[in-house]
Amino acid sequence: MIANVLGAIASIITFVFVFWLMRRGVLREKYAVLWLLFSGAALILSIVPGALRAVSDVVGVETPANLLFFVTIVLLILVSIQLSYELSRHEARIRRLAEEVALLQQEMRGIRGRRDGD
Amino acid sequence: MSTPVLVAIPAWNEQESIADVIAKVQEHRPGADILVVNDGSTDDTADRASTAGATVVSLPFNVGVGGAMRTAFLYAKRHGYGALVQVDADGQHDPADLDRLIDGLDSADVVVGTRFHPDSTYLVGGPRRWAMVLLSKSLSRMNRGTISDPTSGFRSAGPRAIDLFAVDYPADYLGDTVGSLAIATRRGLVIHEAPVTMYFRQTGRPSKNALWSALYLGRATLAIIATSLKKGATPRGDAA
Repeated sequence: MIANVLGAIASIITFVFVFWLMRRGVLREKYAVLWLLFSGAALILSIVPGALRAVSDVVGVETPANLLFFVTIVLLILVSIQLSYELSRHEARIRRLAEEVALLQQEMRGIRGRRDGD
Repeated sequence: MSTPVLVAIPAWNEQESIADVIAKVQEHRPGADILVVNDGSTDDTADRASTAGATVVSLPFNVGVGGAMRTAFLYAKRHGYGALVQVDADGQHDPADLDRLIDGLDSADVVVGTRFHPDSTYLVGGPRRWAMVLLSKSLSRMNRGTISDPTSGFRSAGPRAIDLFAVDYPADYLGDTVGSLAIATRRGLVIHEAPVTMYFRQTGRPSKNALWSALYLGRATLAIIATSLKKGATPRGDAA
């Protein structure tokens, strides 16, 4: 029972925290929605003790906790991969911008030089 | 070659050697346009290059040789150069070989200066040598023609290669040398090689222990696999 209460409290804290970050505008909706879904699901599982058991029976997993761990790990891995993907894309874009800035700066110097020369 | 030639020198904290390299290039190709891509140097590289008579493009932070070279290719493309020769800023390359690399473009899109030829004094041994042989073998197969020194950064590019590299030039470690050749091969560009002289680097990374060599081999293999799997970036209008 205490475990259930702890789980519920943890998921509520997560939910509220993510919501607060989103409202402040520091977390973009597309990421926030994901974490809100996760914490929502965790909340349901902790306040409806039979839920996890029922799902485990349907899938054919003997120990409900194992199903929980498995699903959680898979989801976290997917999120990590997605973050790596976003990071790679941003690195490429930042590099491209740096190249453009460098070329523009050089062009500006040339234009200034010509203008001041006149 | 009658087309305008751009000599591109990627430089990261090379204040000791940059002016010297520029002077030697000017000596061997008087009047050549020299572009120094200052790759986020924290020293006096940009000023010294500028004083020595080169055009300087300064990246706001260090992006690696690959990014610096793509900047150079973009510059070459936008300013209508028909040929680009890459020369290292550390004085490792001998500008006396410039003509040979540029003339080679008459019959190829990319000419790679190779250190490994009968007259060369450049010797590499041990695991590093094995890595180079492996890279050379796999690239030569892709190219249907020998590339004996794929990690050489002393090379030239013709108009077709400039168009390609302005859009698609690998930024990862070793990607700038090995990966770019893989990309060019996949696009059906013609790659030749020409014998060049190289001096051992005076400064920089002399660490050639076993661990470093193993890492080098691994990253090089990764670079080849990555580029041979990668779907090529399609040239977009916004990059031109």
